[in-house]
Amino acid sequence: MFSRAYKTIVTAPPLVWVTIFLIVPYALMFCYSFWSVSSGQTIVHSWNLQNYHELLRKPVYWETLLRSIWIAARVTLFSLALGYPLAYFLSFYAGRRKDLLYQLVIIPLWVSYLVRAYAWKTILGSDGVLNTFLQYVHLTSHPLEFLLYSPFAVVLTLTHIYTPFTILPIYAALEHIPRNLVEASTDLGATPTQTFWKVILPLSIPGVVAGATFAFVLSLGDFLAPLLLGGPSGIMISNVVVSLFGAAYNWPLGAAISLGMLVIVVNLLFLSEKLEKRWSFS
Amino acid sequence: MSADRPRSRWLPIHAVAVFAFLYLPIAVLILYSFNRQGVGGFPPHHLTLDWYRILFADDAIWDSVLNSVEVAFAAMAIALAFGIPAALALDRAQFPGKALFRRLVLLPLILPGIITGLSLLMLFNLAGKRLSLLTIVLGHGTALISVATTEVFAGLQKLDRAQEEASLDLGATYWQTFWRITVPNLKLPIIGAALLIFTLSMDEIAVSFFLIGRENTLPLEIWARLRRGITPEINAISTIIFVFSLIAIVLWYRLRVRAEGGTEIGAELLETSEPHP
Repeated sequence: MFSRAYKTIVTAPPLVWVTIFLIVPYALMFCYSFWSVSSGQTIVHSWNLQNYHELLRKPVYWETLLRSIWIAARVTLFSLALGYPLAYFLSFYAGRRKDLLYQLVIIPLWVSYLVRAYAWKTILGSDGVLNTFLQYVHLTSHPLEFLLYSPFAVVLTLTHIYTPFTILPIYAALEHIPRNLVEASTDLGATPTQTFWKVILPLSIPGVVAGATFAFVLSLGDFLAPLLLGGPSGIMISNVVVSLFGAAYNWPLGAAISLGMLVIVVNLLFLSEKLEKRWSFS
Repeated sequence: MSADRPRSRWLPIHAVAVFAFLYLPIAVLILYSFNRQGVGGFPPHHLTLDWYRILFADDAIWDSVLNSVEVAFAAMAIALAFGIPAALALDRAQFPGKALFRRLVLLPLILPGIITGLSLLMLFNLAGKRLSLLTIVLGHGTALISVATTEVFAGLQKLDRAQEEASLDLGATYWQTFWRITVPNLKLPIIGAALLIFTLSMDEIAVSFFLIGRENTLPLEIWARLRRGITPEINAISTIIFVFSLIAIVLWYRLRVRAEGGTEIGAELLETSEPHP
């Protein structure tokens, strides 16, 4: 029913925009990663593998990447541990309060990242709310220093930020489970525990995969929480990139690392799509 | 349901604990915006509105708020102008590379902001474009097309095409049909998308971080101040941001419930997998 002209008119403008502002910039990132910086601080547009050699040679990049992966993995795990039971409760037991509780999950999801990261900074500092509280109730006599400027602070803050991201897809997956399957399982004599492990959990895996992907990918690339709360021991791979694009002025090397991150992320997205498809029952 | 009872005993406790974890930091933030002694220090005492008074007299903050509002409106216009056609294209047209196109449009939503920000920085640098609020607008607009597309695409999936068909059969042009039939039918998803894009742009920091020129947006102004140390004034502005975000999100949610007639919404924004054909 839609003419060729209609299809062209709705397709062409977004296609052109996406080409200019997404495809070309990604391609540029690719190009930059093969360029280099001269001693006079100008970009040399000659192709070489120097940046990749540098990345392979210096362990500091690998260590930072591994630390970032480890932080992101913990954030993902904690987000799932907090998010799954809550999503399950919402879907199966919340009853009339479902709507209200669902909104309570959505609100922090869209509320300013910066506001929430900042809130944790005021809580965890050595004169912060938590330390002064602990001393007020005489649980400690000195401020606990490990709370702020540590990987702990980063993991805690990112878990706070990405838990709602895991709840929503898990909840959506749980809502899609036909309730008669659960009834059938119970009627056939399965205990609630068996029903959960053999029916509900397997059917909710696509949601878990989607949620885990979000939490992992977004925390892996985070640089603001580490800057604000991480201290020297909480530096993540994106912070290295930020400094290479800033004070260190080595865009090509920064581009090489960014491209590496992009490759990791895109592969993870493909993998998660595969996994979701494999585990989806419809 | 009686057979399920044993497990449901700790589930509500877990739920309360998670909600406490999600909301306590925000509550603390708000509480300390009224604390005369400043941020930290337990218990808070001498509640005061002083920090709000200082905030309202702080011109730099309000300049940045104005900048953010301008950026958010412009980003909203771009995201809708390209996101709505993109949704129509995904729903109705077949073209080579369609699957790739869909993935690309949605990518900035799931990609860490640093990648979007840096790749655009390289583009503007190569084009010799000076960084300014305009470059931030282009960044936000591009990143948030994904929001407009997902929201409108979800609306299109539920749209009955018979009305559009009738309109075209009765001699209306595509242009008339679009404005008189398609858009009014998609009113709720479009308004919802606009609200969400506005809120997300107002709050955005990771992409803006790399595209900022001489003028700050609100989040970047706050960021710059945080580097100098924390003051309750930042709590006060954060509280105001929170209240505005809250209003926008609840409004968006109501619109979506009206559009979808159910509670299971918003999830497709987080879906990376194939939309239903």
